[in-house]
Amino acid sequence: MEKLLELDNLHVSFQTYGGEVKAVRGVSLSLEKGESLAIVGESGSGKSVTSKAVMRLLPNKIGSIKEGAIRFQGKDLAKATEREMEKIRGAEISMIFQDPMTSLNPTMTIGKQIMEGLRKHQNMSKSEAKERSINLLKLVGIPNPELRVEEYPHQFSGGMRQRVVIAIALACNPKVLIADEPTTALDVTIQAQILDLMRDLQDKTGTAIILITHDLGVVANLAQRVAVMYGGMIVETGTVDEIFYKPKHPYTWGLLASMPKLNADSKELLAIPGTPPDLMNPPKGCPFAARCPYAMEVCLEHMPEATNVSSSHKAACWLLDERAPKVEPPEAAVVGGAR
Amino acid sequence: MLRYITKRVFAMFLTLLIIATITFFLMKLLPGSPFNNQEKLTESQRYALNEKYGLNDPVPVQYINYLGKLAQGDLGYTFQFDGRTVNSMIANGMGPSATVGFEALVFGTLVGLILGIAAALKHNSFIDYGAMVMAVFGIAIPSFVFAGLLQYYVGVKLGWLPVAFWNGPEYHIMPAFSLSVGVIATVARFMRTEMLEILGTDYILMARSKGISKQAVIIKHCVRNSMIPIITILGPMAIGLITGSLVIENIFAIPGIGEQFVKSINLNDYPVIMGTTLFYSFLIIVIILVVDILYGIIDPRIRVAGGKS
Repeated sequence: MEKLLELDNLHVSFQTYGGEVKAVRGVSLSLEKGESLAIVGESGSGKSVTSKAVMRLLPNKIGSIKEGAIRFQGKDLAKATEREMEKIRGAEISMIFQDPMTSLNPTMTIGKQIMEGLRKHQNMSKSEAKERSINLLKLVGIPNPELRVEEYPHQFSGGMRQRVVIAIALACNPKVLIADEPTTALDVTIQAQILDLMRDLQDKTGTAIILITHDLGVVANLAQRVAVMYGGMIVETGTVDEIFYKPKHPYTWGLLASMPKLNADSKELLAIPGTPPDLMNPPKGCPFAARCPYAMEVCLEHMPEATNVSSSHKAACWLLDERAPKVEPPEAAVVGGAR
Repeated sequence: MLRYITKRVFAMFLTLLIIATITFFLMKLLPGSPFNNQEKLTESQRYALNEKYGLNDPVPVQYINYLGKLAQGDLGYTFQFDGRTVNSMIANGMGPSATVGFEALVFGTLVGLILGIAAALKHNSFIDYGAMVMAVFGIAIPSFVFAGLLQYYVGVKLGWLPVAFWNGPEYHIMPAFSLSVGVIATVARFMRTEMLEILGTDYILMARSKGISKQAVIIKHCVRNSMIPIITILGPMAIGLITGSLVIENIFAIPGIGEQFVKSINLNDYPVIMGTTLFYSFLIIVIILVVDILYGIIDPRIRVAGGKS
């Protein structure tokens, strides 16, 4: 299939008073047309920074792409000018943010906020843009769109606001939609509705989705492929089935084990002990080595290369080296029992 | 909304009554009387004058008489000139006072906004620090100090502008500028803080992610929303201008209400003291009311909350 978006050895750093924080350290990813890819990992693993780097919306002055390329339809976005990016943002790649309570301008009507992108990218007249806004609101399941288009964000509930945000993101039929924790701020029943909506819209529009989340339940719902990030690197990628049923990286095991399960005997919620690495002085070897129960000497000294497990499945772990001892994933990390 | 305004107007009259009462009795506590300084007057002439203006009556009777006239909108006669009403003095003084105040408010707000926006956009740069140091001076130094400095350097030394009086547009510049310094400083500081906060919100990032240019995002989303708190402080600021103008008018010899007010206190001109105090109070209360209503119009969140209750 055609590669729509390709990240190649992307490095992103932040300049802070304490020094340089290397938030993303060599991420390579690819996204195909109409595909949905999930990037999972805990807080501070670099998932949001990666997505903001693609949009080139890193905070000015302090955040910058140090190295690597972001190829989108043959163009390197890492080197694009601001003017070129303005043509791509919203029109080709758009974004949904985590908290719908703060991602809409409180003093502007919903309609105006949807129309902004349409007027900019598609040169629509006011009335055309308004009509399209009403259609978009209908598409994302907002009742009475003709009336609600004139209302302000505070007149919408959280779930409805996230639908509006999705409508804004999809307004110009982008090829890629980056959803940065789109359901984190919503309650569980609304989460399911928003995920249903996103899946439904993807079927209708064929937009490729990059889903950023720490919630593996959301991943199973929406994604076809998964990239697991840790310490600013991708430690494992594969299809949803491969990640859930044949995980190879101990960090992925930890993530799966810490997912609450209904059928488990244990009353305790499992957690991965320890904290993520300090990205101001990132470890020389594998970023997970310090918390990994299977860590070997080599893990502390050398970063493992990504090993192909299958044509679609890669993991960066020394356990996959032929010289390493054979280790089975822990009981808790096995999804849905034996498979 | 109508109920709200009715309530506020009622409260306004009550406030004015309280202010009138306090001012009246405080004024009576002042030593001296309007005609004591005029030494050429004989005892009987002075008695006749006091009798003419009702100053020989007991104070409570004077108070009731004053309130009775006040209820009809009559502020009485000045003691300084024969037969001139306080109403006409206020009406005459209003023009210059309002002109200077308005010019200072508009100029100060505009310059303050520009400085605040520039400081926020160039955060932690020379422009930012420079604007904020200027703002601190502007807030800390009273307007009459600027007035004096301007008069001496621009008026006397350089001779570019007239030092005082009120005879044409060039006479407005120095008083309006001295008055606006505080406004510039306050607006600049508020605008900078608010802009910085809003620049960091998700909806600015969201607007950028739609492909809107940075300039357009700043103007349409950031500046507009940052103006909301500016509207709130416009009220207190306008009040500051009114009270500030008391001194400024006196310094520049502008025939405004402020100048009359100061003069009337020196001369124990009771009706003018009362009249101008009440007029200023009325103005301030009306400004606060207008700002409260404006605030609701500009911020849709407040508008709806008010409409439902």
